[in-house]
Amino acid sequence: MSTTMTLDTSGTAAVPFGRLLKVELRKSWDTRAGLWLVGSIVAITAVVMVVVFLVSDSDERTFGNFVGAAYAPQSVLLPVLGILLVTSEWSQRTAMVTFALEPSRSRVVAAKTAAAMILGAGAFVAAVGLAALATLLGGADDGFRGFEWVDTVPFLLLQLFTVLQGLAYGLLWLNTPAAIVTFFGLPIVMNLVFTLVDWLRDAAAWVDLTTAQLPLFENDIDLSGEQWAQLGSTVLLWIVVPFVLGWLRLLRAEVK
Amino acid sequence: MIEVQGLTRRYGDFLAVDDVTFSCEPGKVTGFLGPNGAGKTTTMRVMVGLTAPTRGRVTIGGHAYRDIPNPGRHVGVLLDAGAQHGGRTGREILQLGAATMGLPDSRVDEMLAMVSLSPKEAKRRMRNYSLGMKQRLGIAHALLGDPSVLILDEPANGLDPAGIRWMRDLLRGYAQRGGTVLLSSHLLNEVELIADEMVLIGQGKIVAQGDKRSLLASRGGGTLAVSQDNAALAEQLRRQGFEVAPAGDGLRVGADAAEVGRVALEARVVLTELRPSGGGLEDIFLELTGGTQREQVAGAGTGTTVDTGANA
Repeated sequence: MSTTMTLDTSGTAAVPFGRLLKVELRKSWDTRAGLWLVGSIVAITAVVMVVVFLVSDSDERTFGNFVGAAYAPQSVLLPVLGILLVTSEWSQRTAMVTFALEPSRSRVVAAKTAAAMILGAGAFVAAVGLAALATLLGGADDGFRGFEWVDTVPFLLLQLFTVLQGLAYGLLWLNTPAAIVTFFGLPIVMNLVFTLVDWLRDAAAWVDLTTAQLPLFENDIDLSGEQWAQLGSTVLLWIVVPFVLGWLRLLRAEVK
Repeated sequence: MIEVQGLTRRYGDFLAVDDVTFSCEPGKVTGFLGPNGAGKTTTMRVMVGLTAPTRGRVTIGGHAYRDIPNPGRHVGVLLDAGAQHGGRTGREILQLGAATMGLPDSRVDEMLAMVSLSPKEAKRRMRNYSLGMKQRLGIAHALLGDPSVLILDEPANGLDPAGIRWMRDLLRGYAQRGGTVLLSSHLLNEVELIADEMVLIGQGKIVAQGDKRSLLASRGGGTLAVSQDNAALAEQLRRQGFEVAPAGDGLRVGADAAEVGRVALEARVVLTELRPSGGGLEDIFLELTGGTQREQVAGAGTGTTVDTGANA
Protein backbone atom coordinates (compact mmCIF):
# COMPACT_ATOMS: atom_id res chain seq x y z
CA MET A 1 0.00 0.00 0.00
CA SER A 2 1.41 3.31 -1.01
CA THR A 3 -0.59 5.35 1.47
CA THR A 4 0.99 6.06 4.78
CA MET A 5 -0.39 4.92 8.12
CA THR A 6 0.89 7.85 10.08
CA LEU A 7 -0.25 11.42 10.02
CA ASP A 8 2.48 13.94 9.37
CA THR A 9 1.63 16.87 11.60
CA SER A 10 5.05 18.47 11.59
CA GLY A 11 3.98 21.15 9.13
CA THR A 12 0.91 22.20 11.10
CA ALA A 13 1.00 24.86 13.77
CA ALA A 14 -1.39 24.78 16.69
CA VAL A 15 -4.35 27.16 16.47
CA PRO A 16 -2.93 30.50 17.67
CA PHE A 17 -4.59 32.03 20.70
CA GLY A 18 -5.55 35.16 18.77
CA ARG A 19 -7.62 33.12 16.35
CA LEU A 20 -9.42 31.35 19.19
CA LEU A 21 -10.13 34.73 20.77
CA LYS A 22 -11.43 36.17 17.52
CA VAL A 23 -13.77 33.21 17.06
CA GLU A 24 -15.05 33.43 20.64
CA LEU A 25 -15.78 37.14 20.23
CA ARG A 26 -17.53 36.49 16.95
CA LYS A 27 -19.69 33.80 18.55
CA SER A 28 -21.00 36.30 21.08
CA TRP A 29 -22.79 38.39 18.47
CA ASP A 30 -23.26 36.22 15.38
CA THR A 31 -26.68 34.97 16.43
CA ARG A 32 -29.83 37.02 16.67
CA ALA A 33 -29.94 36.54 20.45
CA GLY A 34 -26.29 37.49 20.82
CA LEU A 35 -26.63 40.55 18.61
CA TRP A 36 -29.65 41.71 20.61
CA LEU A 37 -27.81 41.27 23.87
CA VAL A 38 -24.71 43.18 22.76
CA GLY A 39 -26.87 45.77 21.02
CA SER A 40 -29.06 46.13 24.12
CA ILE A 41 -26.07 46.91 26.30
CA VAL A 42 -25.14 49.79 24.02
CA ALA A 43 -28.75 50.91 23.49
CA ILE A 44 -29.62 50.89 27.18
CA THR A 45 -26.48 52.83 27.94
CA ALA A 46 -27.62 55.46 25.45
CA VAL A 47 -31.13 55.53 26.89
CA VAL A 48 -29.78 56.05 30.39
CA MET A 49 -27.81 59.08 29.18
CA VAL A 50 -31.01 60.58 27.86
CA VAL A 51 -32.80 59.86 31.14
CA VAL A 52 -30.01 61.54 33.10
CA PHE A 53 -30.30 64.53 30.79
CA LEU A 54 -34.06 64.75 31.34
CA VAL A 55 -34.13 64.35 35.12
CA SER A 56 -31.04 66.35 36.06
CA ASP A 57 -30.67 70.04 36.64
CA SER A 58 -28.47 71.55 34.01
CA ASP A 59 -25.43 71.90 36.27
CA GLU A 60 -25.67 68.22 37.22
CA ARG A 61 -25.35 67.09 33.64
CA THR A 62 -21.68 66.33 34.05
CA PHE A 63 -19.56 63.72 32.37
CA GLY A 64 -19.05 61.94 35.68
CA ASN A 65 -22.77 61.66 36.30
CA PHE A 66 -23.43 60.41 32.78
CA VAL A 67 -20.81 57.70 33.10
CA GLY A 68 -21.97 56.73 36.59
CA ALA A 69 -25.53 56.24 35.42
CA ALA A 70 -24.46 53.63 32.88
CA TYR A 71 -23.18 51.22 35.48
CA ALA A 72 -26.45 49.83 36.84
CA PRO A 73 -28.16 48.86 33.58
CA GLN A 74 -24.94 47.51 32.09
CA SER A 75 -24.24 45.41 35.14
CA VAL A 76 -27.53 43.57 34.64
CA LEU A 77 -26.74 42.53 31.06
CA LEU A 78 -22.96 42.05 31.13
CA PRO A 79 -23.03 39.00 33.41
CA VAL A 80 -25.62 37.41 31.12
CA LEU A 81 -23.19 37.93 28.26
CA GLY A 82 -20.47 36.23 30.31
CA ILE A 83 -22.78 33.35 31.24
CA LEU A 84 -23.91 32.78 27.66
CA LEU A 85 -20.33 32.72 26.37
CA VAL A 86 -20.05 29.36 28.11
CA THR A 87 -23.54 27.98 28.54
CA SER A 88 -24.76 28.50 24.98
CA GLU A 89 -22.07 26.04 23.90
CA TRP A 90 -23.82 23.46 26.06
CA SER A 91 -27.44 24.31 25.39
CA GLN A 92 -26.78 24.43 21.63
CA ARG A 93 -24.25 21.57 21.87
CA THR A 94 -21.67 23.48 19.87
CA ALA A 95 -19.10 22.49 22.50
CA MET A 96 -18.68 19.28 20.51
CA VAL A 97 -17.46 21.28 17.53
CA THR A 98 -15.46 23.77 19.59
CA PHE A 99 -13.50 21.08 21.41
CA ALA A 100 -13.07 18.93 18.31
CA LEU A 101 -11.32 21.89 16.66
CA GLU A 102 -9.35 22.83 19.79
CA PRO A 103 -8.91 19.80 22.05
CA SER A 104 -7.18 21.86 24.75
CA ARG A 105 -10.18 22.88 26.81
CA SER A 106 -8.07 25.19 28.96
CA ARG A 107 -7.12 27.22 25.89
CA VAL A 108 -10.78 27.56 24.98
CA VAL A 109 -11.57 28.69 28.53
CA ALA A 110 -8.70 31.18 28.32
CA ALA A 111 -10.03 32.51 25.00
CA LYS A 112 -13.50 32.86 26.47
CA THR A 113 -12.10 34.65 29.52
CA ALA A 114 -10.21 37.08 27.31
CA ALA A 115 -13.32 37.57 25.17
CA ALA A 116 -15.40 38.27 28.30
CA MET A 117 -12.89 40.90 29.45
CA ILE A 118 -12.85 42.53 26.03
CA LEU A 119 -16.65 42.66 26.03
CA GLY A 120 -16.64 44.09 29.56
CA ALA A 121 -14.09 46.70 28.54
CA GLY A 122 -16.15 47.35 25.41
CA ALA A 123 -19.18 48.18 27.53
CA PHE A 124 -17.02 50.57 29.50
CA VAL A 125 -15.77 52.24 26.33
CA ALA A 126 -19.35 52.54 25.09
CA ALA A 127 -20.36 54.17 28.36
CA VAL A 128 -17.46 56.62 28.28
CA GLY A 129 -18.01 57.42 24.60
CA LEU A 130 -21.74 57.96 24.95
CA ALA A 131 -21.25 59.96 28.14
CA ALA A 132 -18.75 62.22 26.39
CA LEU A 133 -21.19 62.70 23.54
CA ALA A 134 -24.02 63.45 25.97
CA THR A 135 -21.84 65.93 27.83
CA LEU A 136 -20.85 67.70 24.63
CA LEU A 137 -24.39 67.80 23.27
CA GLY A 138 -26.42 68.53 26.38
CA GLY A 139 -24.11 68.78 29.36
CA ALA A 140 -23.51 71.64 31.68
CA ASP A 141 -21.27 74.40 30.39
CA ASP A 142 -18.37 73.01 32.33
CA GLY A 143 -19.48 69.38 32.04
CA PHE A 144 -16.01 67.95 32.25
CA ARG A 145 -15.07 69.97 35.34
CA GLY A 146 -12.99 68.14 37.86
CA PHE A 147 -12.97 64.99 35.77
CA GLU A 148 -9.96 62.76 35.83
CA TRP A 149 -9.54 59.48 33.98
CA VAL A 150 -8.65 57.74 37.20
CA ASP A 151 -12.25 58.32 38.31
CA THR A 152 -13.44 55.84 35.68
CA VAL A 153 -11.17 53.01 36.85
CA PRO A 154 -13.61 51.76 39.51
CA PHE A 155 -16.28 51.60 36.83
CA LEU A 156 -14.04 49.55 34.55
CA LEU A 157 -13.10 47.24 37.42
CA LEU A 158 -16.73 46.68 38.34
CA GLN A 159 -17.67 45.83 34.75
CA LEU A 160 -14.80 43.37 34.47
CA PHE A 161 -15.73 41.76 37.77
CA THR A 162 -19.35 41.36 36.78
CA VAL A 163 -18.70 39.85 33.35
CA LEU A 164 -16.08 37.48 34.78
CA GLN A 165 -18.42 36.48 37.57
CA GLY A 166 -21.02 35.61 34.95
CA LEU A 167 -18.45 33.58 33.04
CA ALA A 168 -17.45 31.75 36.23
CA TYR A 169 -21.05 30.83 37.05
CA GLY A 170 -21.55 29.71 33.48
CA LEU A 171 -18.55 27.40 33.78
CA LEU A 172 -19.72 26.14 37.14
CA TRP A 173 -23.24 25.28 36.00
CA LEU A 174 -22.88 24.75 32.25
CA ASN A 175 -26.56 25.65 32.20
CA THR A 176 -28.04 29.06 31.42
CA PRO A 177 -31.03 29.24 33.80
CA ALA A 178 -29.08 27.84 36.76
CA ALA A 179 -26.23 30.29 36.19
CA ILE A 180 -28.56 33.28 35.82
CA VAL A 181 -30.59 32.37 38.91
CA THR A 182 -27.40 31.94 40.94
CA PHE A 183 -25.96 35.20 39.71
CA PHE A 184 -28.99 37.31 40.55
CA GLY A 185 -30.41 35.26 43.40
CA LEU A 186 -27.29 34.86 45.49
CA PRO A 187 -26.74 38.58 46.22
CA ILE A 188 -30.36 38.89 47.37
CA VAL A 189 -29.99 35.94 49.71
CA MET A 190 -26.63 37.22 50.93
CA ASN A 191 -28.10 40.64 51.57
CA LEU A 192 -30.91 39.14 53.63
CA VAL A 193 -28.54 36.99 55.63
CA PHE A 194 -26.13 39.81 56.37
CA THR A 195 -28.90 42.21 57.28
CA LEU A 196 -30.77 39.82 59.54
CA VAL A 197 -27.94 38.04 61.31
CA ASP A 198 -26.27 40.49 63.67
CA TRP A 199 -22.97 38.76 64.21
CA LEU A 200 -22.46 38.41 60.46
CA ARG A 201 -22.95 42.08 59.75
CA ASP A 202 -19.42 43.01 60.73
CA ALA A 203 -18.00 40.29 58.52
CA ALA A 204 -20.13 41.30 55.52
CA ALA A 205 -17.45 43.35 53.83
CA TRP A 206 -15.14 40.36 53.84
CA VAL A 207 -17.68 37.87 52.52
CA ASP A 208 -20.33 39.79 50.61
CA LEU A 209 -19.25 40.95 47.16
CA THR A 210 -21.83 43.75 46.98
CA THR A 211 -20.73 45.17 50.33
CA ALA A 212 -17.06 44.99 49.45
CA GLN A 213 -17.71 46.72 46.12
CA LEU A 214 -19.57 49.64 47.73
CA PRO A 215 -16.48 51.88 48.00
CA LEU A 216 -15.90 51.40 44.26
CA PHE A 217 -19.43 52.58 43.53
CA GLU A 218 -18.51 55.91 44.99
CA ASN A 219 -16.16 56.27 42.05
CA ASP A 220 -13.25 56.24 44.38
CA ILE A 221 -10.18 54.22 43.55
CA ASP A 222 -8.43 55.40 46.74
CA LEU A 223 -9.50 52.42 48.79
CA SER A 224 -7.88 51.80 52.13
CA GLY A 225 -5.68 48.75 52.52
CA GLU A 226 -8.45 47.02 54.41
CA GLN A 227 -10.97 47.83 51.65
CA TRP A 228 -8.67 46.40 49.01
CA ALA A 229 -8.23 43.29 51.12
CA GLN A 230 -12.00 42.98 51.48
CA LEU A 231 -12.47 43.40 47.75
CA GLY A 232 -9.80 40.77 47.18
CA SER A 233 -11.34 38.27 49.55
CA THR A 234 -14.82 38.61 48.06
CA VAL A 235 -13.50 38.43 44.50
CA LEU A 236 -11.61 35.29 45.47
CA LEU A 237 -14.71 33.79 47.06
CA TRP A 238 -17.32 34.71 44.43
CA ILE A 239 -15.35 34.95 41.20
CA VAL A 240 -12.04 33.07 41.41
CA VAL A 241 -13.28 30.02 43.32
CA PRO A 242 -16.35 29.42 41.10
CA PHE A 243 -14.17 30.02 38.05
CA VAL A 244 -11.57 27.46 39.10
CA LEU A 245 -14.20 24.90 40.11
CA GLY A 246 -16.04 25.42 36.84
CA TRP A 247 -12.83 25.20 34.85
CA LEU A 248 -11.91 21.90 36.54
CA ARG A 249 -15.42 20.65 35.89
CA LEU A 250 -15.12 21.53 32.22
CA LEU A 251 -11.80 19.71 31.94
CA ARG A 252 -13.43 16.52 33.16
CA ALA A 253 -16.87 16.90 31.64
CA GLU A 254 -18.05 14.63 28.89
CA VAL A 255 -18.90 16.88 25.97
CA LYS A 256 -22.30 15.94 24.60
CA MET B 1 -4.69 5.13 10.20
CA ILE B 2 -7.27 4.98 12.99
CA GLU B 3 -6.23 2.44 15.63
CA VAL B 4 -8.63 1.53 18.40
CA GLN B 5 -7.02 -0.68 21.01
CA GLY B 6 -8.82 -2.38 23.86
CA LEU B 7 -11.21 0.52 24.22
CA THR B 8 -13.60 0.30 27.16
CA ARG B 9 -15.99 2.91 28.47
CA ARG B 10 -18.09 2.27 31.53
CA TYR B 11 -20.95 4.41 32.85
CA GLY B 12 -21.60 3.15 36.37
CA ASP B 13 -22.73 -0.42 35.90
CA PHE B 14 -23.31 0.01 32.20
CA LEU B 15 -20.55 -1.08 29.86
CA ALA B 16 -21.12 1.13 26.81
CA VAL B 17 -17.99 0.01 24.99
CA ASP B 18 -16.35 -3.27 25.93
CA ASP B 19 -12.76 -3.95 24.92
CA VAL B 20 -13.17 -2.76 21.34
CA THR B 21 -10.25 -3.17 18.95
CA PHE B 22 -10.25 -2.37 15.27
CA SER B 23 -8.45 -0.25 12.73
CA CYS B 24 -9.31 1.79 9.65
CA GLU B 25 -6.99 1.90 6.68
CA PRO B 26 -6.29 4.75 4.30
CA GLY B 27 -7.92 4.42 0.92
CA LYS B 28 -10.93 2.65 2.37
CA VAL B 29 -14.32 3.49 3.70
CA THR B 30 -14.87 1.61 6.94
CA GLY B 31 -18.47 1.18 8.03
CA PHE B 32 -19.16 1.02 11.74
CA LEU B 33 -22.39 -0.85 11.98
CA GLY B 34 -24.58 -1.70 14.92
CA PRO B 35 -28.03 -1.17 16.37
CA ASN B 36 -28.82 1.96 18.34
CA GLY B 37 -27.07 2.01 21.69
CA ALA B 38 -24.44 -0.49 20.62
CA GLY B 39 -21.58 1.86 21.47
CA LYS B 40 -20.77 3.40 18.08
CA THR B 41 -21.18 7.01 19.11
CA THR B 42 -19.34 6.55 22.41
CA THR B 43 -16.43 4.97 20.54
CA MET B 44 -16.30 7.86 18.07
CA ARG B 45 -16.53 10.45 20.84
CA VAL B 46 -13.57 8.85 22.59
CA MET B 47 -11.65 9.02 19.29
CA VAL B 48 -11.82 12.80 19.24
CA GLY B 49 -11.33 13.35 22.95
CA LEU B 50 -14.86 14.42 23.87
CA THR B 51 -15.29 11.41 26.16
CA ALA B 52 -12.53 9.93 28.28
CA PRO B 53 -12.03 6.18 27.92
CA THR B 54 -12.19 3.98 30.99
CA ARG B 55 -9.47 1.79 29.47
CA GLY B 56 -7.70 1.43 26.16
CA ARG B 57 -6.70 4.06 23.64
CA VAL B 58 -7.26 5.43 20.20
CA THR B 59 -4.63 6.85 17.92
CA ILE B 60 -5.14 8.59 14.62
CA GLY B 61 -2.14 8.35 12.35
CA GLY B 62 -0.06 7.45 15.40
CA HIS B 63 -1.19 10.41 17.52
CA ALA B 64 -3.68 10.83 20.30
CA TYR B 65 -6.28 13.27 18.99
CA ARG B 66 -5.42 15.95 21.55
CA ASP B 67 -1.80 15.92 20.34
CA ILE B 68 -2.72 16.77 16.76
CA PRO B 69 -2.08 20.47 16.16
CA ASN B 70 -5.00 22.30 14.55
CA PRO B 71 -6.81 18.95 14.33
CA GLY B 72 -9.44 20.22 11.90
CA ARG B 73 -6.74 20.26 9.22
CA HIS B 74 -6.07 16.55 9.67
CA VAL B 75 -9.24 14.93 10.96
CA GLY B 76 -12.70 15.89 9.78
CA VAL B 77 -15.32 15.19 12.43
CA LEU B 78 -19.09 15.03 12.21
CA LEU B 79 -20.61 13.57 15.35
CA ASP B 80 -24.02 15.21 15.29
CA ALA B 81 -25.17 17.44 12.49
CA GLY B 82 -27.71 19.00 14.85
CA ALA B 83 -25.04 20.07 17.33
CA GLN B 84 -24.76 23.58 15.93
CA HIS B 85 -26.34 26.82 17.11
CA GLY B 86 -29.77 26.96 15.48
CA GLY B 87 -29.57 30.75 15.30
CA ARG B 88 -26.47 30.78 13.11
CA THR B 89 -26.69 30.67 9.37
CA GLY B 90 -25.17 27.71 7.59
CA ARG B 91 -22.55 29.98 6.14
CA GLU B 92 -21.67 31.48 9.51
CA ILE B 93 -21.21 28.00 10.98
CA LEU B 94 -18.69 27.16 8.28
CA GLN B 95 -17.02 30.55 8.64
CA LEU B 96 -16.48 30.00 12.35
CA GLY B 97 -14.86 26.65 11.55
CA ALA B 98 -12.73 28.18 8.82
CA ALA B 99 -11.69 31.03 11.12
CA THR B 100 -10.61 28.57 13.82
CA MET B 101 -8.62 26.52 11.34
CA GLY B 102 -7.13 29.60 9.70
CA LEU B 103 -8.73 29.09 6.29
CA PRO B 104 -9.87 31.78 3.88
CA ASP B 105 -13.59 32.46 3.34
CA SER B 106 -13.25 31.18 -0.22
CA ARG B 107 -12.90 27.70 1.25
CA VAL B 108 -16.37 28.13 2.78
CA ASP B 109 -17.85 28.85 -0.63
CA GLU B 110 -16.09 25.85 -2.12
CA MET B 111 -17.50 23.56 0.55
CA LEU B 112 -21.00 24.98 0.22
CA ALA B 113 -20.87 24.33 -3.50
CA MET B 114 -19.52 20.85 -2.98
CA VAL B 115 -22.40 19.80 -0.74
CA SER B 116 -24.90 21.57 -3.04
CA LEU B 117 -26.12 24.14 -0.55
CA SER B 118 -27.10 27.22 -2.56
CA PRO B 119 -25.97 30.69 -1.43
CA LYS B 120 -29.58 31.39 -0.52
CA GLU B 121 -29.82 28.29 1.64
CA ALA B 122 -26.49 29.10 3.25
CA LYS B 123 -27.93 32.42 4.43
CA ARG B 124 -30.79 30.72 6.26
CA ARG B 125 -30.51 29.98 9.95
CA MET B 126 -29.78 26.38 10.72
CA ARG B 127 -32.90 25.83 12.81
CA ASN B 128 -34.83 26.10 9.53
CA TYR B 129 -32.78 23.40 7.85
CA SER B 130 -34.15 19.95 7.07
CA LEU B 131 -32.25 17.00 8.48
CA GLY B 132 -30.75 16.33 5.07
CA MET B 133 -29.50 19.92 4.78
CA LYS B 134 -28.00 19.72 8.26
CA GLN B 135 -26.16 16.57 7.24
CA ARG B 136 -24.82 18.26 4.12
CA LEU B 137 -23.67 21.22 6.18
CA GLY B 138 -22.07 18.83 8.67
CA ILE B 139 -20.20 17.06 5.88
CA ALA B 140 -19.05 20.42 4.54
CA HIS B 141 -17.83 21.33 8.03
CA ALA B 142 -15.93 18.04 8.36
CA LEU B 143 -14.26 18.56 4.98
CA LEU B 144 -13.39 22.25 5.51
CA GLY B 145 -9.81 21.70 6.59
CA ASP B 146 -9.08 19.23 3.76
CA PRO B 147 -8.38 16.49 6.31
CA SER B 148 -6.92 13.08 5.49
CA VAL B 149 -9.15 11.27 7.98
CA LEU B 150 -12.92 11.53 8.28
CA ILE B 151 -14.92 10.41 11.31
CA LEU B 152 -18.65 10.60 10.60
CA ASP B 153 -21.40 9.47 12.95
CA GLU B 154 -24.59 8.51 11.09
CA PRO B 155 -23.86 10.88 8.19
CA ALA B 156 -26.49 9.35 5.93
CA ASN B 157 -29.23 9.76 8.51
CA GLY B 158 -31.94 11.94 7.00
CA LEU B 159 -30.59 11.85 3.46
CA ASP B 160 -32.91 10.78 0.67
CA PRO B 161 -31.81 8.01 -1.70
CA ALA B 162 -30.23 10.54 -4.06
CA GLY B 163 -28.43 12.07 -1.09
CA ILE B 164 -27.13 8.68 -0.03
CA ARG B 165 -25.83 8.06 -3.53
CA TRP B 166 -24.20 11.49 -3.50
CA MET B 167 -22.52 10.72 -0.21
CA ARG B 168 -21.38 7.33 -1.45
CA ASP B 169 -19.71 8.90 -4.49
CA LEU B 170 -18.21 11.64 -2.35
CA LEU B 171 -16.73 9.28 0.24
CA ARG B 172 -15.61 6.74 -2.36
CA GLY B 173 -13.76 9.46 -4.25
CA TYR B 174 -12.28 10.75 -1.03
CA ALA B 175 -11.02 7.26 -0.10
CA GLN B 176 -9.67 6.69 -3.60
CA ARG B 177 -7.51 9.77 -3.21
CA GLY B 178 -5.98 8.10 -0.15
CA GLY B 179 -8.28 9.35 2.59
CA THR B 180 -9.40 7.29 5.55
CA VAL B 181 -13.12 7.23 6.28
CA LEU B 182 -14.90 5.83 9.30
CA LEU B 183 -18.66 6.17 9.16
CA SER B 184 -21.23 4.72 11.48
CA SER B 185 -24.75 3.64 10.78
CA HIS B 186 -27.48 1.54 12.27
CA LEU B 187 -28.74 0.72 8.78
CA LEU B 188 -27.02 -2.11 7.00
CA ASN B 189 -28.24 -0.82 3.69
CA GLU B 190 -26.32 2.44 3.94
CA VAL B 191 -23.11 0.79 5.04
CA GLU B 192 -23.40 -1.90 2.41
CA LEU B 193 -23.71 0.79 -0.26
CA ILE B 194 -20.88 2.98 0.92
CA ALA B 195 -18.32 0.95 2.90
CA ASP B 196 -15.46 -1.27 1.75
CA GLU B 197 -14.81 -2.67 5.20
CA MET B 198 -17.29 -3.29 7.96
CA VAL B 199 -16.98 -3.41 11.70
CA LEU B 200 -20.07 -4.81 13.40
CA ILE B 201 -20.72 -3.85 16.98
CA GLY B 202 -23.42 -5.06 19.36
CA GLN B 203 -23.75 -4.43 23.11
CA GLY B 204 -20.44 -2.64 23.12
CA LYS B 205 -18.51 -5.56 21.65
CA ILE B 206 -17.13 -6.06 18.17
CA VAL B 207 -18.97 -9.09 16.78
CA ALA B 208 -17.48 -9.27 13.30
CA GLN B 209 -15.27 -7.32 10.94
CA GLY B 210 -14.00 -7.61 7.41
CA ASP B 211 -15.11 -6.77 3.91
CA LYS B 212 -18.50 -7.78 2.64
CA ARG B 213 -17.28 -10.88 0.84
CA SER B 214 -15.28 -12.25 3.74
CA LEU B 215 -18.15 -11.58 6.12
CA LEU B 216 -20.47 -13.51 3.85
CA ALA B 217 -17.94 -16.27 3.36
CA SER B 218 -17.32 -16.62 7.06
CA ARG B 219 -21.01 -17.11 7.60
CA GLY B 220 -21.47 -19.57 4.72
CA GLY B 221 -23.01 -17.18 2.23
CA GLY B 222 -25.15 -19.38 0.07
CA THR B 223 -27.51 -19.50 -2.82
CA LEU B 224 -31.26 -19.41 -3.01
CA ALA B 225 -32.67 -22.00 -5.43
CA VAL B 226 -36.27 -22.54 -6.46
CA SER B 227 -37.06 -25.50 -8.68
CA GLN B 228 -39.96 -27.53 -9.96
CA ASP B 229 -39.02 -30.33 -7.57
CA ASN B 230 -37.42 -28.94 -4.46
CA ALA B 231 -37.49 -32.23 -2.61
CA ALA B 232 -35.49 -34.06 -5.29
CA LEU B 233 -33.02 -31.22 -5.60
CA ALA B 234 -32.55 -31.07 -1.84
CA GLU B 235 -31.94 -34.79 -1.66
CA GLN B 236 -29.32 -34.68 -4.42
CA LEU B 237 -27.61 -31.68 -2.83
CA ARG B 238 -27.46 -33.36 0.57
CA ARG B 239 -26.08 -36.50 -0.97
CA GLN B 240 -23.20 -34.41 -2.34
CA GLY B 241 -22.54 -32.94 1.08
CA PHE B 242 -24.07 -29.47 0.75
CA GLU B 243 -26.08 -27.87 3.49
CA VAL B 244 -29.69 -27.32 2.52
CA ALA B 245 -32.47 -25.53 4.35
CA PRO B 246 -35.96 -24.68 3.18
CA ALA B 247 -36.42 -20.98 2.56
CA GLY B 248 -39.66 -19.50 1.27
CA ASP B 249 -40.77 -21.52 -1.75
CA GLY B 250 -37.24 -22.72 -2.40
CA LEU B 251 -34.05 -23.85 -0.77
CA ARG B 252 -31.10 -22.08 0.78
CA VAL B 253 -27.96 -23.94 -0.18
CA GLY B 254 -24.46 -23.62 1.18
CA ALA B 255 -22.86 -23.55 -2.26
CA ASP B 256 -22.41 -21.08 -5.07
CA ALA B 257 -24.82 -20.80 -7.97
CA ALA B 258 -22.66 -22.80 -10.42
CA GLU B 259 -22.56 -25.81 -8.12
CA VAL B 260 -26.29 -25.71 -7.45
CA GLY B 261 -26.85 -25.53 -11.20
CA ARG B 262 -24.59 -28.53 -11.80
CA VAL B 263 -26.38 -30.59 -9.13
CA ALA B 264 -29.76 -29.61 -10.57
CA LEU B 265 -28.57 -30.77 -13.98
CA GLU B 266 -27.47 -34.10 -12.56
CA ALA B 267 -30.80 -34.48 -10.74
CA ARG B 268 -32.62 -33.46 -13.92
CA VAL B 269 -34.63 -30.88 -11.97
CA VAL B 270 -35.73 -27.66 -13.70
CA LEU B 271 -34.52 -24.56 -11.83
CA THR B 272 -36.93 -21.64 -11.90
CA GLU B 273 -34.85 -19.29 -9.80
CA LEU B 274 -31.19 -19.20 -8.82
CA ARG B 275 -29.48 -16.35 -7.07
CA PRO B 276 -27.15 -15.54 -4.21
CA SER B 277 -29.22 -15.74 -1.10
CA GLY B 278 -30.61 -12.27 -0.61
CA GLY B 279 -30.36 -10.50 2.71
CA GLY B 280 -27.30 -12.54 3.60
CA LEU B 281 -25.56 -9.66 5.29
CA GLU B 282 -28.74 -8.59 6.92
CA ASP B 283 -29.15 -12.03 8.40
CA ILE B 284 -25.61 -11.88 9.71
CA PHE B 285 -26.17 -8.42 11.09
CA LEU B 286 -29.38 -9.35 12.87
CA GLU B 287 -27.99 -12.64 14.10
CA LEU B 288 -24.77 -11.17 15.45
CA THR B 289 -26.35 -8.19 17.07
CA GLY B 290 -29.58 -10.02 17.87
CA GLY B 291 -29.13 -9.92 21.61
CA THR B 292 -29.16 -6.15 21.50
CA GLN B 293 -32.26 -5.64 19.43
CA ARG B 294 -35.22 -4.02 21.04
CA GLU B 295 -37.49 -6.03 18.81
CA GLN B 296 -37.60 -9.79 18.78
CA VAL B 297 -36.15 -10.82 15.47
CA ALA B 298 -38.57 -13.59 14.65
CA GLY B 299 -37.93 -13.53 10.95
CA ALA B 300 -34.18 -13.22 11.04
CA GLY B 301 -33.64 -16.48 9.21
CA THR B 302 -35.83 -15.59 6.28
CA GLY B 303 -34.51 -12.18 5.48
CA THR B 304 -37.38 -10.25 6.95
CA THR B 305 -36.57 -6.58 7.26
CA VAL B 306 -36.62 -5.41 10.81
CA ASP B 307 -36.50 -1.73 11.44
CA THR B 308 -34.03 -1.35 14.23
CA GLY B 309 -33.94 2.35 14.38
CA ALA B 310 -37.46 3.62 14.64
CA ASN B 311 -37.85 4.01 18.36
CA ALA B 312 -34.47 4.20 19.97
